[in-house]
Amino acid sequence: MYTILIGGAAGQGIDTTASVLEKLLKRSGYHVFTVRDIMSRIRGGHNFSLIRFGDEPVLSHSYALDGIIALNDETVELHKAQLSEEGFILCDSELSTEDPRAVKIDMAGMAKEIGNTRVAGSIAVGAVLKLFGESLDHAEKVFRTSLKEKYIEINMQAIRRGHDSVDTRFASKPGDCGDYMTISGSQAVALGAIAGGLRCYTAYPMSPSTPILVYLASKADEADIVVEQAEDEIAAINMAIGASYAGARAMTGTSGGGFSLMVEAWGLAGITETPLVVVDVQRPGPATGLPTRTEQGDLQFVISASQGEFPRLVIAFKHHTDAFYQTIRALNLAEKYQIPVMLLSDQYLGDATATVKPFDIDGIELTGPAAEKDYDGEYLRYKLTESGVSPRLIPGKTEHLVAADSDEHDERGFITESAEVRDAMVEKRMRKLTGLIEELEEPEFIGPEDFDTLLVGFGSTYGAIREAVGLLNESNNGRYAALVFGDVYPLPQKEITEKAAKAERIVDVEQNATGQLAQLIRQETGIECTDKILKYDGRQITAMEIVDRMGESR
Amino acid sequence: MSTFCTYETAWCPGCGNFMLLDALKTALTELDKKPSEVLMVAGIGQAAKIPQYISANAFCGLHGRGLPPAVAAKTVNEELTVIVSTGDGDTYGEGGNHFLHNIRRNVDIAHFVHDNQIYGLTKGQASPTSGLGFVTNAQPDGNIDMPLNPILTAIAAGAGFVARGFTGHKDHLVSLMKQAIEYPGYALVDIFQPCVSFNKVNTFAFYKKRVYELSDDYDPSDKTAAMEKAMEFGDRIPIGVIYRGERKTFHQRNEVLSDGTPLVDRTTDADTVKKFIQEFI
Repeated sequence: MYTILIGGAAGQGIDTTASVLEKLLKRSGYHVFTVRDIMSRIRGGHNFSLIRFGDEPVLSHSYALDGIIALNDETVELHKAQLSEEGFILCDSELSTEDPRAVKIDMAGMAKEIGNTRVAGSIAVGAVLKLFGESLDHAEKVFRTSLKEKYIEINMQAIRRGHDSVDTRFASKPGDCGDYMTISGSQAVALGAIAGGLRCYTAYPMSPSTPILVYLASKADEADIVVEQAEDEIAAINMAIGASYAGARAMTGTSGGGFSLMVEAWGLAGITETPLVVVDVQRPGPATGLPTRTEQGDLQFVISASQGEFPRLVIAFKHHTDAFYQTIRALNLAEKYQIPVMLLSDQYLGDATATVKPFDIDGIELTGPAAEKDYDGEYLRYKLTESGVSPRLIPGKTEHLVAADSDEHDERGFITESAEVRDAMVEKRMRKLTGLIEELEEPEFIGPEDFDTLLVGFGSTYGAIREAVGLLNESNNGRYAALVFGDVYPLPQKEITEKAAKAERIVDVEQNATGQLAQLIRQETGIECTDKILKYDGRQITAMEIVDRMGESR
Repeated sequence: MSTFCTYETAWCPGCGNFMLLDALKTALTELDKKPSEVLMVAGIGQAAKIPQYISANAFCGLHGRGLPPAVAAKTVNEELTVIVSTGDGDTYGEGGNHFLHNIRRNVDIAHFVHDNQIYGLTKGQASPTSGLGFVTNAQPDGNIDMPLNPILTAIAAGAGFVARGFTGHKDHLVSLMKQAIEYPGYALVDIFQPCVSFNKVNTFAFYKKRVYELSDDYDPSDKTAAMEKAMEFGDRIPIGVIYRGERKTFHQRNEVLSDGTPLVDRTTDADTVKKFIQEFI
């Protein structure tokens, strides 16, 4: 597996260069995983993208660099220590570095000759492809999907000039991903929502959740969905609830700060039993925190958000493919149990792009609201049923009148203060948990059955934990396995109870400061994690970091 | 007899809301609406109890948040007649941002604001429309904040239908409600509705003495004149349609909704999803 870093100031075209390179590598057959490390500014600063690629699936990033594409001197200074002995620093001949690993080419001069200084990125991409022994066979096709017609020819010239300017250094070892998708976590969520029958998405822009809004808006006309930018997050969630009440599958997306504003309405969905899906693309908090960075700091918040008690489901995405299918599942379960469902993503997963097997939607079924049966006598929206799920009709689509009330209400949906009705309604709502618990997906078990150390984690640390288990077992210093939770609340308990009983050590790996999953596991099962590897600097943990810290956590 | 009445209420005897509810039922009956095609949406407050007392679909949401679910319900099913019933505090205080931005959005709903210039449900504190010097349990030295002029604000923000009514002029109020319901776009009717328990200043007699119905020669399409009329608030207060203009509705402007099929009756076909998947390859 190889890793290349592309670094420079904001506005230098790092992101464009990275996305062209990742597409070309994928076309050549590689598994590719790209993360973007972005400062919260539009110009200047230091930004970089990390592209990791190889012949087997890549689910996380690494700082062990094989190459650096440096668009400025600062990039060389900041990252040369991460570069291997055999690695290269590809840069313009103008850069001052005297590092022996530097491969200087006159990118500015070549770009000038071609007639447009902005093609420098394509020159760099051509050079990198050559360094790894790859051809330019797919270049034109990739440019056609990402550039305007008039820029294709000059970029083709540029990529050829770059390709001709260096010699191959690394063995070409592509996988078989030529026909895979290259997609970001947030795009996978948005696409999952469309596949899951979404009709209405209302949101207020907030990093890092905005790419979901942007993708859905770009597809609204074709997909027959309404995407509306709300005036604030409170409006966004209340609109989603109103749309859902009126029969449209609805969702909203935000980050922790936006969800803080949404909390009262989250409870409204709970008591009115209106299906609702909310995506929280987490970033470090509290308050504004680190807007463009990552954290898993909202778990305890979302499982307990709102005054009062009602059933809810919280699902954390483990990886890109998971994000797609879990979004569909969330929309279905919200509908089936008439509950709010929280999808936990984060900046890391949301913005990272990965090559994944094309999503398969054949056989996916969408749960509908209750079919209108023959209600003899009065229709009772909140009928007391054994399952706790009452018949939900759609207002205007039936002769029956459909009521929803944020006050405690009787079976018809009207305000009540009766102690008996209050008890019956609380119990009815909570009974939905019985069915919901049956639907829970156990955490994914990784590693050999005869382990002595068990790592636990949830959501987007999946890739790093998975890789770490492999590396730790190669080191012959104990036997390691892991459980990574996707469904986190209610907490599925079977696997953790069984595996914890066999473990000598349980090491909690989380991207927050207090070990929120470990707290939840202890609260629900009494199982205590013996060690913790916690990270809360806004940068996602890598497999190597887990391996390194495994020793010190002992 | 109206098909919309049935329920016992929890309002104080003599509350202006009784007349308002009566006017609403009359308006809906005269418009030949069926209860099942009407959706009443409310926030929280005395005004927000209206959906509980009328035979129609009802969504009683959160304080200040009546408009967002209402416009979304109408967005996804334009066949519903959507009416929002909220108070002055609910609308102009807690929900102020939604008030402003839904004027911009212009979804085809009617919004009846019960304006009694006081908080009734919480037993008598100043509202955004309370007058200067108005003494309450929370403003014992008198209200020092300028009252909001909702009519002027709505016209300035671009609302296409802005009216004021008074529960003491029932037939006039019924007419305003009917026009608002039939108006294509967001239609605001700010309705004076005396609070008999907590507002001893802006009483039935107070309004009765001051309000006058706009005459037939008043031209509500003249925006500048309407803004001047909106500022008339003292010994004489005009009631009627203060401003009426033409604006495209949200449904007419939205690319997806403009074809007229309610969104709830649509699906995304599998081939479209497969095409989107292909675009990532």
